[in-house]
Amino acid sequence: MISIDNISKTYGTTQVLNLENLQIPSGQSFGLVGNNGAGKTTLFNLLLDLIRPTTGKIVNNEVVVNKSEDWKTFTGSFIDETFLIGYLTPEEYFDFVGDLRGMNKADVQGFLSQFEEFFNDEILGKKKYLRSLSKGNQKKVGIVAAMMGNPQVVILDEPFANLDPTTQIRLKKLIKTLTDNKEVTVLVSSHDLSHVTEVCERIVVLDKGQVVRDINTSQETLQELESYFSA
Amino acid sequence: MIRHFLKLEWKQFFRSSYFGKSIALKIIMGFFALYMLASFLMIGIGTYFIIEKEYPSADPLLFVNGWLIFVLVGDLIFRYLMQKLPVLNIKPLLNLPVKKEKLVHFVLRKSAFSFFNLMPLFFYVPFSIVLIGQGYNVPGVLGWLFLMFTLVLSANYINFLINKNNYALGIMIAVLGSLFLVNKYEIFSITDLFAPVFQSVYNNPVLSLIGVFVLVGVYYVNFKLLRSKVYLDDAIKSKEEVASSADLSFVDKLGDVAPFIKNDIRQIWRNKRTKTVFFMSFIFLFYGTIFFGEETYRVKMPAFLVFAAIFVTGGFTLNYGQFIPAWDSEYYNMIMSQNIRYRKFLESKWYLMVVVSLTLYLLSIPYAYFYGLDIFLMITAGAIFNIGFNSLFLLFAGSFNRKRIDLNKSGFSNYQGTSATQFLIIIPIMGVPMLLFWVFNKFVSFNAGVLAIAIAGVLALAFKNYFMNLIENRYIQNKYAAIHAFSQKS
Repeated sequence: MISIDNISKTYGTTQVLNLENLQIPSGQSFGLVGNNGAGKTTLFNLLLDLIRPTTGKIVNNEVVVNKSEDWKTFTGSFIDETFLIGYLTPEEYFDFVGDLRGMNKADVQGFLSQFEEFFNDEILGKKKYLRSLSKGNQKKVGIVAAMMGNPQVVILDEPFANLDPTTQIRLKKLIKTLTDNKEVTVLVSSHDLSHVTEVCERIVVLDKGQVVRDINTSQETLQELESYFSA
Repeated sequence: MIRHFLKLEWKQFFRSSYFGKSIALKIIMGFFALYMLASFLMIGIGTYFIIEKEYPSADPLLFVNGWLIFVLVGDLIFRYLMQKLPVLNIKPLLNLPVKKEKLVHFVLRKSAFSFFNLMPLFFYVPFSIVLIGQGYNVPGVLGWLFLMFTLVLSANYINFLINKNNYALGIMIAVLGSLFLVNKYEIFSITDLFAPVFQSVYNNPVLSLIGVFVLVGVYYVNFKLLRSKVYLDDAIKSKEEVASSADLSFVDKLGDVAPFIKNDIRQIWRNKRTKTVFFMSFIFLFYGTIFFGEETYRVKMPAFLVFAAIFVTGGFTLNYGQFIPAWDSEYYNMIMSQNIRYRKFLESKWYLMVVVSLTLYLLSIPYAYFYGLDIFLMITAGAIFNIGFNSLFLLFAGSFNRKRIDLNKSGFSNYQGTSATQFLIIIPIMGVPMLLFWVFNKFVSFNAGVLAIAIAGVLALAFKNYFMNLIENRYIQNKYAAIHAFSQKS
């Protein structure tokens, strides 16, 4: 359960985010949509305690994120390429993250074997550093790393961008299996309305830092969103 | 068209976020440049009279001509190490209606206006004026000066061709070294061989046109080479590197800092800038040879020996430590959102500095043989101080670092990440041991001075946990500021 309580972020005189109250129950697949500058990444950065909230607090499974670091043990995330260590190979990077999340080499191997299809033979055993992988392949590594060590919360910022169509479809499958048994909370932001309606059971629309729609996904959701954004 | 390029260059220079923030650094570099120019000017004016005084029988111009070959090769090496190749960011221009020839010409011509081309002229021009003043043949001197001018520019383009090729550097150093040795041990007089070559230009100024041919030739080769590379797949796209993985499982013995140390080792080994720092630290190992042999320092200013002694084992600690945690700035967000305790992250850096310092200390043992036990005791005290005090202090100072570092840019004359912090930290790092030694040496004895430095180091080490707590807290307090600063690309 993540509860966002009166959170706001102001840079100088511009307020980029202002959320009164938002509760995300455990096991929910939560989608965040909004135009550029709506505050999606700001919200995720606040969730990960990478920026300081101007007011309010975020509680992630009973941990106030800017007070204690305990949320890190059960939260996996991938925001952008600054979450990758460019001079490591994918294997070394997974080992590193695995180490931090209490997995040994065999655990990491076993974990990675589930993603063979997702990696599409472009990631492992290629003798390449992460910095020389294409954007899409870097993203694959980041997304999989965010799922290491059985996190209870997974945060992915625009995971579909830069991925090829096949991988997009595989990623949707991946997110769905992750949330199947309603134990892992997944937060996803996206500019692609159809993807996000497909994987998320709840969609929140942000505009200028405020919640303007909070929808439980149904058959009509995609249409509703499209008409909202074309207005 | 050129006007547009110049405008772009101008904006790139003044709008880079780096520019605004490091005005202080720019000013310091500016003063340094002025100092260099002034020195060259003085040497240019003075050379004639110095040679006249020291070698009354020699003709000053002939004398200079004999040594010119050393100057020219030395200039190339200096350029190799210091001069940045001018790059116009051509990628966004490739799809615009601009002739590729034009782009290439612009990049090449722009490089002619480099500080490194100006500097030698500050020697040659005043030297020539003095020559004319002393009654040398005016057309002859002008011809000679013209040749020098074309050779300086040619060196500029040759450097472009060498293009940071390490083999070329090796060859140049070998050539310069062997020329020097051959000359010094009088196997063969290089100076006598080359003096007439350059002297002939003075005797017959028309020969200076040879310089023009050389310049045009080098420029043309450059042009052809660059022109053929103005495609996305060559010059602009970064080279595919094959990852080389060494087995680092021996590090696992270190327990829970092991993953970080593995990362640090890979970081140092796989990135240009960190690699430079690493190799430089072994060069600093020889730093002592400049000071320890000099009677002046041994007798009159032994405190300066401390300075050298710290550097002998501290090259890595100082050069690497001063930029912690900016080495990790490219992925600082990730480090901060992973399940990492700051303490472990910092301790891995500490281990690294300590281990390399110890290695350098072992390598410094020959100093005992060459310079005696006193010097070696001083190096030992310096090593203890580096390990105990400096490593911790640099970790602390690192919490003030707010400059991003791109790991894969070359380390030579790269000031990215440098700020006032780097200038201020030198005070305690060098000043404290020098002061300690000075006081105890003056009022007690040499050994007491050395002991004082060592004790300061041991004390710092003894309270390591206490200091680490302080340091960790400072990093936690400054977390958001560091995250923000490290995400600012220049």
